[in-house]
Amino acid sequence: MTILSTRGLSKSFAGLKAVQGVDLNLPKGQIRALIGPNGAGKTTLVGLLCGRIAPTAGTVMFDGQDISNLPAHKRINLGIAYTFQVTSVFANLSVDENVALAARRRFSDAKVAGVVRDALEKVGLFDRADQNAGDLSYGHQRLLEIAMGLAQQPRLLILDEPTQGLAEAEVTDFKALVRDLAKTATVLLIEHNMSVVMELADQVTVLNFGQILAEGTPAEIHANQLVQAAYLGTG
Amino acid sequence: MSDLRKTALLHFGILALLFGLQFILPAYHHGNLARIMVLASYAIGFNILFGYTGLLSLGHALFFAAGMYGMGMSVHLFEFSPAPALISGLVVGVIVSAAVGFLALRTAGVAFMIVTLMFAQAGYLTILYFGAFTRGDEGFVIQQSERILWGIDLSDATNRYFAAWVLFSVCLIFTLKLVQAPFGKTLIAIRENEERARMLGYDVFSRKLVAVILSGSMSALAGASYGLLFGYVGASFATVQYSIFPLLWVLLGGAGTVLGPLVGTLFMFYLIDLSSGVTSAYMLIAGVVLVLLTLYAPQGLAGELRARVWRWLP
Ligand SMILES: Nc1ncnc2c1ncn2[C@@H]1O[C@H](COP(=O)(O)OP(=O)(O)OP(=O)(O)O)[C@@H](O)[C@H]1O
Ligand SMILES: [Mg+2]
Repeated sequence: MTILSTRGLSKSFAGLKAVQGVDLNLPKGQIRALIGPNGAGKTTLVGLLCGRIAPTAGTVMFDGQDISNLPAHKRINLGIAYTFQVTSVFANLSVDENVALAARRRFSDAKVAGVVRDALEKVGLFDRADQNAGDLSYGHQRLLEIAMGLAQQPRLLILDEPTQGLAEAEVTDFKALVRDLAKTATVLLIEHNMSVVMELADQVTVLNFGQILAEGTPAEIHANQLVQAAYLGTG
Repeated sequence: MSDLRKTALLHFGILALLFGLQFILPAYHHGNLARIMVLASYAIGFNILFGYTGLLSLGHALFFAAGMYGMGMSVHLFEFSPAPALISGLVVGVIVSAAVGFLALRTAGVAFMIVTLMFAQAGYLTILYFGAFTRGDEGFVIQQSERILWGIDLSDATNRYFAAWVLFSVCLIFTLKLVQAPFGKTLIAIRENEERARMLGYDVFSRKLVAVILSGSMSALAGASYGLLFGYVGASFATVQYSIFPLLWVLLGGAGTVLGPLVGTLFMFYLIDLSSGVTSAYMLIAGVVLVLLTLYAPQGLAGELRARVWRWLP
């Protein structure tokens, strides 16, 4: 069963075709990696999915419903969570208030504290709950972003380069975290770290110049000539 | 002691102090403090939008005047008694702030400042245009006989102080509860990072609209009370000066703190009062002190207190 699908999804920025005619089908429960060279349009594509960016053309279906015309906050409330590529936490608020803001949208006041604690423990930030988010190191801010995604207990979690800036050990923890999460949610993961893609993804979608270049299992993508060419810049 | 306890103790302590002061203050300061409490209520209203939601309006005089005229015109034209007159001021405030919010929130940043400024200017000109009813610049007096609320004569200094204290307490406690509630925390989130708040699923526009309405309505209530307690309604309260005052008070006292508006209003009032007693160039002294404060206490007095000592201060 498909949880998310797009048809002909396109976005141009003043003539620059950042995303062109993307047909994406995301089966429920899958971990899907979205890869592609810098500037391929990955961030723009997921921005179109969650309503941050208005498309030039095309439709988005989520769980059988056409959400193309829904504003971002309504899409989020349907169970989509989005973590930013450029860290975007509430720098002047405490770590636990950051996560509580994410949780409050979904849970009653009585449950929020428990959900927050849970999410912070999962990413290993619980002992820093009282600190200001802005005082965390870059890597810890990335983890906080992930905790904010977890606290929403989404049906579809979109992660935009979550492992960027994480230490080796943190990347290992992150992989376990996503595997655990995938039992209850669908994950769309933009990732440059190939070991993460190879180990985590059920399927990989490769984007190049705003178009889907290839789709397949990690092994298939690894062997794909076109993909190699795109990454080496000869495509 | 938990932060919530400390907060409650401090804020209720200050209300108790303000209540007690009336018994020991000499008449002059007694009168001043009554006025300061009403103006601080206006500043608290302004602070909901500016300090907590991060929206700078340069047109709050429109809301203050909407309340004042909503109250005053109902007395003047329809001979309302004080209670319904106050309610009428509040209702006008709700309507005006809802309309202004709905239109002005389509803009952000500098455009929002300009649009609110323009609305306030239009409001001021409207008061002048209908001078036949509003008595324009000259304004009109609310007679002593029209200021008897439930048998209490609001023109009497003691009663007036008490009424101002009740108004201030209501505004202070309301704001304290608001910023401790999930709704208030969402406003703070919008102030801190609007895009992030939106992408957590919050309907940012409607929350900002509610913030404008709460802020504008509280300002209107303060305006209505001011007219009733001090017995005068005039167009000068709708001028741009009265939009700038609450901004100054809140900046000095500490934007985004519950006590900041009181601290700032009190400070500014006495700064001008004391320096005008010393020299005729009192605005110069006031100006220098303001510059020093902006340099050395950029977060305002209560804001610095929070940054340095009491991190729990709401
Ligand atoms: N708001 C914008 N205005 C104009 N151009 C934009 C905007 N956002 C993205 N672009 C352009 O669209 C193209 C795709 O950008 P996008 O950020 O989606 O790429 P990406 O695949 O996420 O890249 P990276 O791997 O570097 O994050 C780029 O050429 C970029 O410069
Ligand atoms: Mg990107």
